[in-house]
Amino acid sequence: MTDLKKLYEAVVNGDAKAAHAITQQALAEGVDPLVLVNQHMIPAMDEVGRRFEASEYFVPELLIAARAMKSALDLIRPLLVARGDKPVGRVAIGTVKGDLHDIGKNLVASLLEGGGFEVIDLGVNVPPEKFIETVREKQANIVAMSALLTTTMPAMKTTIDALKQAGVRNQVKVLVGGAPITEKYAEEIGADGYSENAVGAVALAKKVVAA
Amino acid sequence: MHPLIGQLLGAGPVITDGAWGTQLQARGLALGEFPDAWNLSHPDRVAEVAAAYVAAGSRIILTNTFGANRLRLGDHGAADQVRQLNQAGVKLSRQAAEGRARVFASIGPTGKMLLSGDVSEEEMAAAFAEQARALAEAGADGLVVETMADLQEATLAVKAAVETGLPVVACMVFDSGKAKDRTLMGNTPEQAAEALAAAGAEVIGANCGQGIAGFEPICRRLKAATDRPIWIKANAGLPRMVEGRPHYDTTPEEFAGHIPALIEAGASFVGGCCGTSPAFIAAVCRVLAARP
Repeated sequence: MTDLKKLYEAVVNGDAKAAHAITQQALAEGVDPLVLVNQHMIPAMDEVGRRFEASEYFVPELLIAARAMKSALDLIRPLLVARGDKPVGRVAIGTVKGDLHDIGKNLVASLLEGGGFEVIDLGVNVPPEKFIETVREKQANIVAMSALLTTTMPAMKTTIDALKQAGVRNQVKVLVGGAPITEKYAEEIGADGYSENAVGAVALAKKVVAA
Repeated sequence: MHPLIGQLLGAGPVITDGAWGTQLQARGLALGEFPDAWNLSHPDRVAEVAAAYVAAGSRIILTNTFGANRLRLGDHGAADQVRQLNQAGVKLSRQAAEGRARVFASIGPTGKMLLSGDVSEEEMAAAFAEQARALAEAGADGLVVETMADLQEATLAVKAAVETGLPVVACMVFDSGKAKDRTLMGNTPEQAAEALAAAGAEVIGANCGQGIAGFEPICRRLKAATDRPIWIKANAGLPRMVEGRPHYDTTPEEFAGHIPALIEAGASFVGGCCGTSPAFIAAVCRVLAARP
């Protein structure tokens, strides 16, 4: 039998090759894919998050851990879909209209995928209509917006207002983040949550879908 | 030490400038509009900002060229304007300086991440080299590689900038980790100082990211880690939105009140980043003039 502790270690250490190989072997041995995700990979990402909060890990370590997680998930997801298991949630993510800075958004997107979410990445400079369309047509239940600039952060409010006008605001939870964003600003514009960093964003997304 | 840096430091701490983006917005730049494009479309207003800093007492002013590298301009469909935008930016600052201030041209990050494979080292190095050459040809006195979050990217930019023969300032953003003393990628001030000096930076520093109160320990650590002079440009705190516009709570006087401690901590070049204005620079000048 495959030593599944090694899967946990591969994700924590960001070893994508090992994570992929161990997952492949475990699946071949008939291990339930959900066991791999819930008992080994998600605890591993939690540990990565803990190390980040403790300033033991920084962005590079987060990215490679998320990559390792993804290499395993790529094998697992088709199996889950085939047997009708649903993702934790479906996230429409993008930088707001006028903002082209996607480093933070990309990091949050990879960590959300690592956390078991289906992520619909709308890219940069996303107009409110595009978010609305994705909520309507793809049934996203989270809208996650990023802005790096003080000059573009007002587009978050515009987008939330547009979601309201379109009548879809109550179908989704809206999460916001980015360098100039604060908890207070998130509250003021009527968002459902704010996270200071990418690790916190995953915890927040889990919290709002469970609520 | 580069002769120009020695000459500038001969007269004590050097006051640099404050933010440009917010000043351009006050002159009509729309929220989300690309500021560097104004070097060609609204040169008179860019020149006003430069002149306001010179009038406030800046001995070094920067240029409105922070985002004018090929990779970032490409996002705005203007990759073919690298040369024009950078040269116009230097020209506007030089005209405003009228010999009363030195012009150190701004080189900001590309907005792409090496680690995620968005861009190769070669592409990034070439983009910085192209921008640095354009700035140098237009007559900049020095180059400032600023607001860098990734030490690897900063090092590529410094190496490209050094090729011009101009003195190069290199500063990074330290606002990550529990103590807010690391770069986004986790590098310490000591690691940054060592790598940037090795890449050929004449002046090393920190800018943006957090309010001025957080800069003193970082300044001290940079100073202890290198024999190069230190450059500090802090934010006026973090913004909050007032009627849809960013508002910074730190006043010019509060900001200037921190400057003596920064100089005591080893800063040789001081100025402001996001949220600061000519009023902040004037307040810094008053505080420094009042020192014994």
